[in-house]
Amino acid sequence: MLKVRVNPIQCVAHGLCAELLPERITLDEWGYPILDGSALPAELVKNARRAANACPTLALILEPDR
Amino acid sequence: MTLLPRLLSGVADGDVADLRSHLEVDGPLPDLRRRPPAQLIDEIERSGLRGRGGASFPVAKKLQAVSARRRAKVVVGNGTEGEPASGKDRLLLATRPHLVLDGAAVAARAVGAGEAIIAFSAGDDAVAAGLAEAVEERRAARLSDGVRFELFAVDDGFVAGNESALVNAINGGEAKPTFGPRPFQSGVRRRPTLVQNVETLAHLGLIARHGAEWFRETGTNLDPGSTLVTLSGAVTIPGVYEIEHGALLTDLLDHAGLTDDLTAVLIGGYFGSWLPANLIGRVRLSPRALSEHGASLGAGVIVALGGSACPVAETSRIADYFAAESAGQCGPCVNGLGAIAETMAQVARGTAATTAKSDLARWSSSLAGRGACQFPDGATRFVASALRVFARDFDDHRRHGPCERCSAQAVLPTPMAMAMAY
Repeated sequence: MLKVRVNPIQCVAHGLCAELLPERITLDEWGYPILDGSALPAELVKNARRAANACPTLALILEPDR
Repeated sequence: MTLLPRLLSGVADGDVADLRSHLEVDGPLPDLRRRPPAQLIDEIERSGLRGRGGASFPVAKKLQAVSARRRAKVVVGNGTEGEPASGKDRLLLATRPHLVLDGAAVAARAVGAGEAIIAFSAGDDAVAAGLAEAVEERRAARLSDGVRFELFAVDDGFVAGNESALVNAINGGEAKPTFGPRPFQSGVRRRPTLVQNVETLAHLGLIARHGAEWFRETGTNLDPGSTLVTLSGAVTIPGVYEIEHGALLTDLLDHAGLTDDLTAVLIGGYFGSWLPANLIGRVRLSPRALSEHGASLGAGVIVALGGSACPVAETSRIADYFAAESAGQCGPCVNGLGAIAETMAQVARGTAATTAKSDLARWSSSLAGRGACQFPDGATRFVASALRVFARDFDDHRRHGPCERCSAQAVLPTPMAMAMAY
């Protein structure tokens, strides 16, 4: 099972992730992501990968949900 | 039989224990070459020793994690002590350097490291000189420490003592936390690195001599041993005290002598929380006992807030300090702590919006876990606690502005370095 995680140092609040994966990511009042880091159901994985690829600073990561 | 002092044995009034007096007080360290690493780790596990840097992580677990890695290991003794109201690490390094070096040698033997780096605050010339002399004394006495000691001075700063920040600084980078592999996986020169607070190392120096059972003779079953606390604020005798885990907070305050009516006590320093005076009656100073009050001993900082101080002015000043000390790497921390400081200042002045209380509550609960380190977590814990315990004072200030105690002398220290940054 996978989950999303953000590298908060790399993140500069472009906000693409929240657009592409609203089921798991919302933005705070300054534009920074608030993540739901629970395991991704199968049907969300493709969008999660797209979101991670779309991040201009590669701050969004997919990793195993341990 | 007196069980205390242990770490502070033989160093009345800040005397420096040179090698000779160190050996007189504690005897020699056993020959570590005759102690298999696994046996050492087992002894430390049975002692129940937890880290004294604030996180209270089981030491044996950390030793095992580093020991299990493949490459040559490195030990780092963290004596940077970025927390302003804390003085225990500085005191240990200045007066008992040999006990800290003993512990570093024990840790190095346990994990299989050939080098031990002792990190301390760059502003501290006395510590630097004392450590250098202690290393030289051991060399001249041909002590077989089995490890090469190095000293590393770090510029002051609250986050500089964070493990990954310290390792980053040693590697030539900034003293700012990093994301990615943790020091135990990849640290100094990408080697598996054991980072331990210098007080933790000092305990190791004594456990190696006297054993796990001895360590457990004081303290409680769940939190064995002694620990150093730094007490300040409205007390006659502020300073570093060695206590047994489980000691009554009121006993410590009686011993130090209160100089004022007590309003509240800060437990755990700037990442800690406030206990109102009427609740401190049966509070015992151990991680387990404090967790039942929703508090944490942290790195042992305890501040008594007297009736002549203003909790709102104090909290506002610390909120400013937090905002200035952020490493500035993560949006939620920079923005969140900035907003908290700004709004807190408005509350103190009486110019805050009516939404100030709910804004502060919202920010205080939305930053945790969203930075690269625990700085926003600790800072918001402190702020949330102040908002709760001093709710009436905050309301009064928001409505009516500063009180007569606002201009009283500051109780919680915020180092001059912050002023220079402006």
